[in-house]
Amino acid sequence: MSQTRRQMLIDPLVDNNPITLQVLGICSALAVTSSLQVAFVMSLAVTFVTAFSSMFISMLRNHIPGSIRIIVQMVIIASLVILVDQVLKAYAYEISKTLSVFVGLIITNCIVMGRAEAFAMKNPPVASFIDGIGNGLGYGLILMLVGFFRELFGAGSLFGITIFETVNNGGWYVPNGMLLLPPSAFFIIGLIIWAFRAWKPAQVEEREYKIQTVESH
Amino acid sequence: MSDATPQPKGPLGRFLALPTDSVPKTVFVAVMLCLVASMFVSAAAVALRPLQEVNKLIDKQVNILQVAGMYEPGVDVVEAFGVFEPQVLEIATGTFTDQFDAASFDDRAAASDPALSVALDDDPAGIGRQSKFVTVYLLRDDAGGIDKVIMPIHGYGLWSTLYGFIALEENGNDIFGLQFYQHGETPGLGAEIDNPRWKALWPGKRVADANGELQIHVAKAPNASGADYHIDALAGATLTSVGVNNLVQFWLGETGYASFLANLKSGDIS
Repeated sequence: MSQTRRQMLIDPLVDNNPITLQVLGICSALAVTSSLQVAFVMSLAVTFVTAFSSMFISMLRNHIPGSIRIIVQMVIIASLVILVDQVLKAYAYEISKTLSVFVGLIITNCIVMGRAEAFAMKNPPVASFIDGIGNGLGYGLILMLVGFFRELFGAGSLFGITIFETVNNGGWYVPNGMLLLPPSAFFIIGLIIWAFRAWKPAQVEEREYKIQTVESH
Repeated sequence: MSDATPQPKGPLGRFLALPTDSVPKTVFVAVMLCLVASMFVSAAAVALRPLQEVNKLIDKQVNILQVAGMYEPGVDVVEAFGVFEPQVLEIATGTFTDQFDAASFDDRAAASDPALSVALDDDPAGIGRQSKFVTVYLLRDDAGGIDKVIMPIHGYGLWSTLYGFIALEENGNDIFGLQFYQHGETPGLGAEIDNPRWKALWPGKRVADANGELQIHVAKAPNASGADYHIDALAGATLTSVGVNNLVQFWLGETGYASFLANLKSGDIS
């Protein structure tokens, strides 16, 4: 590992983004991006869980038996997620009502498990912690981008503040209802991946097949 | 990895120095981890419970204030809520009962308690079991007479059970407001039941006609009973609207508060 800590933090934002490059954590990105506020809290929660679970797993990495390592990782992740859920219910009740089950589903977020298995099991605690923060922020960046488009064009507002007055409230803007439904996040994430790969061609995957050239006879 | 291996010290140190994959160490790690993790989780749950309970209560009180048209952001909820008089209502007879403490009676727990609820065969609201007792909130005028009554209602929409309150004037027939405080309907479509402009359609509507027939309905167009009993359904949210229609008719009809509303009308309850 020759990465500097700065690289560890910055790389997952664009160059090694968990959503656009590794295509992990899509499920929650679809569900919680219909408004920016919710997407923001979700990003914070995932960053917190990824950072601290990576740190704790890394601290224990030399004592985790291979046969039960996934279970050990899950116990640590699940405990942190329950902690986040409880704190949200106590201090941000409104938002925890909107996030509902998706806080609990951070447990199954592939990013958290992915960093634990791929990075924290082999690296010291501080590096793992920074790696966790970086990946959480990378996830958050995409979430906020998707949430920006979905809330602005789907509901005419940003962070709940009206930007376009919608027809329902007597304004002029006819909101695009599809953007409030989860499938729209697929399209937006797809477009973001396209934009990232057009900007950084190195991210384009090699074809797994080759189109045969047909010789003319 | 270049972790130094110091000489193991003491029984614990020797134990930790066992090969990681040996059976005793595997069991030891699993047990210790579970103990530590469960301690953290239960400590958090216990320490934060009082705050969470308060949040839930305030959330419910805010909604009761909203349906009574008395909520403004920033008001002291607990103080503003003090003007309401909670009463436990026996649905079948339509009278108040003092079997339970109104301040702490839990409608939702009662609905799943076989002794306090009935299973429904005819269940248009999709709630399965109906509690025999519910908490209603009375708002009194200066002379001490009933000004408004606020009654809990719930039923199934498209994706979820909608929980809310409906406020009626003292005659038991004029609607003052309706508000859902918990649901999981589609944002932008079914969740527009939270839209102030749609909620503003409710005040002034009537529940039953002059013959006492239940006429209130949520539909695309008013039926024969006329506009006084009609609330426009939500565009793009047919099934949520049907759910709201069913649950309002269920709770305000014979299966729900009909006898209570009759008592209000005749002045038997004050």
